[in-house]
Amino acid sequence: MSDNPEEFWRWREYRHTTPDMDWHNAKMITAGVDIGSVGSKAAVMLDGELYAYSAMRTGGVSEETAIKAMNWAIEETGLKTENINYVVGTGYGRVNVPFAKRTITEIACHARGAHYIYGPTVRTVLDIGGQDCKAIRCDEKGKVMSFLMNDKCAAGTGRGLEVFADLIRTPIEELGKTSLNVENEPQPVSNTCVIFAKAESVALLRQGWQKEKVSAAYHLAMVNRIIDLLTKVGIEKDFVVTGGVAKNPGIITRLERNLGIKPLEPKLDPILAGAIGSALFAKALYEKELGLR
Amino acid sequence: MKAHYGYKDGSGDYFIIIDTDKCNGCQKCVEVCPYGVLEIIEDEFDIEGGSMAAVTEEHRKKIKYSCGPCKPITGERKLPCVLACEAKAIIHSW
Repeated sequence: MSDNPEEFWRWREYRHTTPDMDWHNAKMITAGVDIGSVGSKAAVMLDGELYAYSAMRTGGVSEETAIKAMNWAIEETGLKTENINYVVGTGYGRVNVPFAKRTITEIACHARGAHYIYGPTVRTVLDIGGQDCKAIRCDEKGKVMSFLMNDKCAAGTGRGLEVFADLIRTPIEELGKTSLNVENEPQPVSNTCVIFAKAESVALLRQGWQKEKVSAAYHLAMVNRIIDLLTKVGIEKDFVVTGGVAKNPGIITRLERNLGIKPLEPKLDPILAGAIGSALFAKALYEKELGLR
Repeated sequence: MKAHYGYKDGSGDYFIIIDTDKCNGCQKCVEVCPYGVLEIIEDEFDIEGGSMAAVTEEHRKKIKYSCGPCKPITGERKLPCVLACEAKAIIHSW
């Protein structure tokens, strides 16, 4: 048994309300709920502008998580679920959002969300989620032109990083930064399987490697795998990364270094892209329902 | 939209690419596939809806094996789905 019960994989759950916005004045209140494999996100928009959101861990029951994430997002706003005109569900658990009127695939939502967060110049979106990795090409309207999803193995995903954070006992939010504290990049570990990658990392630690160096090898393996995926759909500027792993500088810096393209800096937490995208789809669907489009 | 279904693993890349702009949802590929790899689904990418061909959830992670019998190592290769598609919307990556 571990003598230290700390959970290094645990990332910060939070909610936020945009100040100076009042839902009472809004014509359209729409929401998106993105139930991912690891994290669940809810976003509420007033006339297409982001108002309130939450990001939390997905629990064992998707329905409950959906309700929790939504209630947490609208907490303190005085808004009730009944006040929301249209809700769209997305992500792995999208069929389990009980109050959603429709579901849209997370691929379309991430493209649309990235378009909102980073602007209309975005052409390539890389979403690194909890248990999969998606490469998406989109047009100036945020419409998907091509996509590729790799979900057969957890290598190259957020959950893999969580497991690794626990292994080297470094908090997940510092993992990427510390992995950059190496003079030279080591050889990457194996990148076809997260279990093999972890096993190889354990072997390297036993050989006496510093944990930062092992971490660098692990991050590099992930980046190599992701780049393989990206080159399959082709990469065009502007390039952005969404999903929780977008917050890991160890991945972002290495992507930039090995691709030669700098991903755009996000104005908002990139983990929200799917939820924002689905809230925007909700707005479009509500307008359609009202006969406005 | 070019939808890539499949995966990459230690042995190679296995993707079926469906061009949804070309696909008219005619269902011919579904009918000719001997292993039930393809299906027609509601377009979940666009609010306008419509139908399009896709690889079934069941086969997405094993198409190397599901499609294997249609891909002889020697001799002429005739993929029923590709031949049946008049719109030429289906491509196999391997």
